[in-house]
Amino acid sequence: MSAPAMGTTKTAPNDGSHKKKKGPGTLATAYLVIYNVVMTAGWLVIAVGLVRAYLARGSYHGLYYSIEKPLKFFQTGALLEILHCAVGIVPSSVVLTGFQVMSRVFLTWAVTHSVREVQSEDSVLLFVVAWTITEIIRYSFYTFSLLNHLPYLIKWARYTFFIVLYPMGVTGELLTIYAALPYVQKTGLYSVTLPNKYNFSFDYYTFLILTMVSYIPLFPQLYFHMLRQRKKVLGHVEEYTKVE
Amino acid sequence: MKFEHNGKDNRPTSTKLCAACYPQWYPARQSIRLDPKGKSLKDEDVLQHLPVGTTATFYFRDLGAQISWVTVFLTEYAGPLLIYLMFYFRVPFIYPPKYDFTTSKHWVVHLACMCHSFHYVKRLLETLFVHRFSHGTMPLRNIFKNCTYYWGFAAWMAYYINHPLYTPPTYGEQQVKMALIIFLFCQIGNFSIHIALRNLRPPGSKTRKIPYPTKNPFTWIFLLVSCPNYTYELGSWLGFTLMTQCLPVAFFTLVGFIQMTVWAKAKHRSYLKEFRDYPPLRSPILPFVL
Repeated sequence: MSAPAMGTTKTAPNDGSHKKKKGPGTLATAYLVIYNVVMTAGWLVIAVGLVRAYLARGSYHGLYYSIEKPLKFFQTGALLEILHCAVGIVPSSVVLTGFQVMSRVFLTWAVTHSVREVQSEDSVLLFVVAWTITEIIRYSFYTFSLLNHLPYLIKWARYTFFIVLYPMGVTGELLTIYAALPYVQKTGLYSVTLPNKYNFSFDYYTFLILTMVSYIPLFPQLYFHMLRQRKKVLGHVEEYTKVE
Repeated sequence: MKFEHNGKDNRPTSTKLCAACYPQWYPARQSIRLDPKGKSLKDEDVLQHLPVGTTATFYFRDLGAQISWVTVFLTEYAGPLLIYLMFYFRVPFIYPPKYDFTTSKHWVVHLACMCHSFHYVKRLLETLFVHRFSHGTMPLRNIFKNCTYYWGFAAWMAYYINHPLYTPPTYGEQQVKMALIIFLFCQIGNFSIHIALRNLRPPGSKTRKIPYPTKNPFTWIFLLVSCPNYTYELGSWLGFTLMTQCLPVAFFTLVGFIQMTVWAKAKHRSYLKEFRDYPPLRSPILPFVL
């Protein structure tokens, strides 16, 4: 806040000598600023919704219902980010972004929305809070970066909060999937059995278990990648870094 | 690294040049360039003919552990052949025990096994006797990636086709016969293209020429397409999908098509770059479309 805005430059936006990326055009930049502002606002709405519901009820159980709709709307909206990468206005990998967004959308719709019984679980609150704080910081980081005025506090927060939020979110996600398992098995949700005309079968229960198992190799990789990024970004305080 | 030669040196570059300097890396994993951003020198490039003076500077890179293309192909194709047969013969621990070593009552299942096996035997024989590879080796990690793909899909498809609860195609004999015709037509087509491509290249050489239609009608597709081997391959798998009416087979066909399209486009682009007189009517993989 009062800390000097590290990483800002007073030179023209297209100072190509330091930055490798060619960057989006003016129209794309304007669109992205609007997008990121809207997303920041959206997740703030969710944050406020959670706090108000908690104060009103006096407990943290069942807070999901108070933010269900904005959560679905804004988390699903993040699908646009895949498009941004595909079109080239954001310099991230389509595959990586796709993977990250799809996993969030999967948890929101294919687990939490679809299996009504887990909606009252505390694990849902755990990942919703983690996501909310992460996204508020992330989208404001992008907004400020696009406007070439990135307060060091935001940069620091973006590359520090994850240390706690990531494991917290992962725990919430895994516990929620685990809680959904018995209901999926009992009802055969999203499952297809043989025999059928297309000679295909799908067991959603097994699929969820495999999803949980996949966290074992994936989560450490992502986590340590962020730690390495942190060292790189916060290590060089005066340089601009590429927007992740 | 600097290397002096007396102007009369006719030895090939990478093999002996760096075998002497970097004996711990076998030649296949060495990449040597005159310019760090340029293309690697070929094994058969002769020092005397390179655009260098009496002192030359080479840039060296270790490509990592390598494995021969032939080895990779043989392994990745032998897998599906054997794996499919295991499902066909209903080897234990796949289906419920009462079905162990039983056979399917549907004749299309036997036909599918013959077609699938024929396809991979053909591929193995082509690898051994037909193809003339441009590169000797590829990175070692490719064999794990490729085998996972081929073996994984083969197991997935074979599981359903040979399942005791398999449902034969909706339009019965008509559908299967049509599918078989498409499959065989495309197998012959694919083989014809492989032979035509082989004949472009004298034995042991790595020359590149524009392929043209030959007397064999199956090669006339070269008029419209740069990589008809992929076109026919797609056709074969479409035939197999129709024959088995099995969704995993459709997925396999789709994924293969996407990959082959990527390869065809790259090949097409490299043809255009290398040959000024490349026929303009040709598309990479699908006539007029893609």
